[in-house]
Amino acid sequence: MRDIAIIGIGMMKWGELWEKSLRDLAVEASLNCLADAGVDRVDTISIGCMSGGIFNGQEHLASMIPDYLGFKHTPAMRVESACASGGLAVRTAFLEVASGMADYALAVGVEKMTDVGGGEATYGLATASDQDYEAFHGINFPGLYALMARAHMTRYGTTREQLADVAVKNHRNGNLNPLAQFPSLMTREQVMSSVMVADPIRLMDCSPITDGAAAVLLTTVEEARKIKKHPIVVISGIGLATDTIALCQRKDILKLPAIELAGQRALKMAGKTIRDINFAEVHDCFTIAEIMVMEALGIVEPGQGGPATSAGHTALNGKFPINPSGGLKSKGHPVGATGVAQIYEVVSQLRGTSGKRQIADAKVGMTQNMGGSGGSCVIHILEAKS
Amino acid sequence: MDVGIVGYGTQIPRYRIKVEEIAKVWGADAPSYKRGLNLNEKSVPAPDEDVATLTVNAARNALLRAGINPMEIGAVYVGSESHPYAVKPTGTILAEALGICPHVHTADFEFACKAGTEAMFVALHLVKSGVMKYAIGAGSDTSQGAPGDALEYSASAGSAAFVMGADNLVAELVDTHCFMTDTPDFWRREQAHYPEHGGRFTGEPAYWKHVSGAVNAMLKKANMKPEDFNYIIFHQPNGKFPAQTALKLGFKEPQFRHGLLTPVLGNTYSASSPLGLAATLDIAKPGELILLVSYGSGAGSDAFIFRTTDRLLKVRDLAPLVRKQLDEHKVYLEYGTYAKFRRKILKPE
Repeated sequence: MRDIAIIGIGMMKWGELWEKSLRDLAVEASLNCLADAGVDRVDTISIGCMSGGIFNGQEHLASMIPDYLGFKHTPAMRVESACASGGLAVRTAFLEVASGMADYALAVGVEKMTDVGGGEATYGLATASDQDYEAFHGINFPGLYALMARAHMTRYGTTREQLADVAVKNHRNGNLNPLAQFPSLMTREQVMSSVMVADPIRLMDCSPITDGAAAVLLTTVEEARKIKKHPIVVISGIGLATDTIALCQRKDILKLPAIELAGQRALKMAGKTIRDINFAEVHDCFTIAEIMVMEALGIVEPGQGGPATSAGHTALNGKFPINPSGGLKSKGHPVGATGVAQIYEVVSQLRGTSGKRQIADAKVGMTQNMGGSGGSCVIHILEAKS
Repeated sequence: MDVGIVGYGTQIPRYRIKVEEIAKVWGADAPSYKRGLNLNEKSVPAPDEDVATLTVNAARNALLRAGINPMEIGAVYVGSESHPYAVKPTGTILAEALGICPHVHTADFEFACKAGTEAMFVALHLVKSGVMKYAIGAGSDTSQGAPGDALEYSASAGSAAFVMGADNLVAELVDTHCFMTDTPDFWRREQAHYPEHGGRFTGEPAYWKHVSGAVNAMLKKANMKPEDFNYIIFHQPNGKFPAQTALKLGFKEPQFRHGLLTPVLGNTYSASSPLGLAATLDIAKPGELILLVSYGSGAGSDAFIFRTTDRLLKVRDLAPLVRKQLDEHKVYLEYGTYAKFRRKILKPE
């Protein structure tokens, strides 16, 4: 396999973008990415989108997006793995270039979620759970993560305050991110007095409904060295793993085997251990998710995610910064775009262009993007190369 | 020609239901509605109250303050989204009850919550054109919110009527401006009992865009600044939107405090900002400036600037004040009785 570098990243400010359609978002992020790369060549396009069908009545993005981007006839495909669709699109682009099938691969993640109301959006998201054994019986994602949160509190003594501290920290980071949907600062008290959604999960424990897109351009390290526009960032490890789609089929609802395995695979490929990673963007769809992912990746011991967060270890200036972008919680969660936007943030950090939220001496970063309640997971390890 | 308001009058049903009572039935979080939307209770029409009866009472009160011969009124316009009949005018009922028929023009207006100020706009400009001496423009609703929908906490009932003319003014019209686009944020199809809405789409791209668009254009046209006004009234679908919008546009709380009725009245739809104007006329002093901006889904805003006159103080107490109608003889309903009053319980024929 050839060595791969990320030479372009593109996004826009996320939010309720009433004036922008699904195609507008994908095209805008892609054009921003190509402008950032200073390249006008795309050999293949992989599109991460969870549900254009339900949210917009629009499938067949593999045709629409190249067309509106000005790359008609270019090979393109849409990949889907629920909320991990974006990460999967980046992995697909990686394989295209690493295998020699293409030299320049664009990965774009997009979701336009506000074309439907809250109820329909919740229904759309719940299609990432097991329809026969979960959704049909009335449970959706806040409910599933509430079960995990309650079990975590019971087994490990994780507190309501510790869950709130995840949101407080991510909003503090998002406050420094000009592209974040909800950059406002949040106090522990505000999180703990927000509307109850599914006990113990409150509104401010949940990532929001967002319109947004993100794109990255991949090529070989050899090509990247010729372009010389940005410091070189390489993808040194990728791990993809799956698990049962239904939470009730897991042996232990406090373990996330897909995350553990994807992490091990990515680290093995990169020839590293978790101690070699400086920071990570993780999938904090709910506050409890960030805590459980930290534990599954081995950043902390099981049960220590909450205390580590409250101790400030995951803050921007902590021992292991997590979600410097603000995470899904503050930056927003347009599901198919999230995995690509995580790459955007890590590249920006490794280039040293993250402004006020720049992590000092960031050399190796990780992204962790998961689908559903942990039924699928894509992990990337990125490194700055001199 | 100087035109404006000659008389104003209102009618508010005596029945109320509290946010807690509705939330209890649906298992909803009452404090979050009360805090988030600044809503406490809403008016409920009695079984024998509808847009026709509410408007007749409001217009009678307006005539008490106008002190004119009803036969001199050339037009009667009623704006509502709950006209009792789909086909058959409310305006004729009103004109007949007020003794104005048959030499009169009537029309029913519909533009979601903006229908009331539409009727006022046309009445004012017909008088200004010199076609007639006086015209009535009224906004009334017994508005609909589907059981369990967010709208059920606010959809309420009330009426405000204004006699427009060119003499004996209580408030002179300074200027108007209208701001419209085709924006489908809220609608009710033919034959449908309850409206549908676009959730959060009703906020920024709908209410905010049109209200701020109308305010900014009105200020520019009149060459005025937010601090020039003694009072402002914006359409009030809840207690939060108008306050938030006003503050964002540079107005201050004392300017909108008197006209903000929703927290204790609910959203009276077509009567919402007109009732706010009436409540403001109830306390304004002569020579003060008032900015009124409605909002109707679909979507658009009508902006009016009025300047009060000396005559306001002379006629104010000839009819009940809005706060008196709001505070006196209130009867609180339980959800069951409310459901019956609002015909939410269907009986076999």
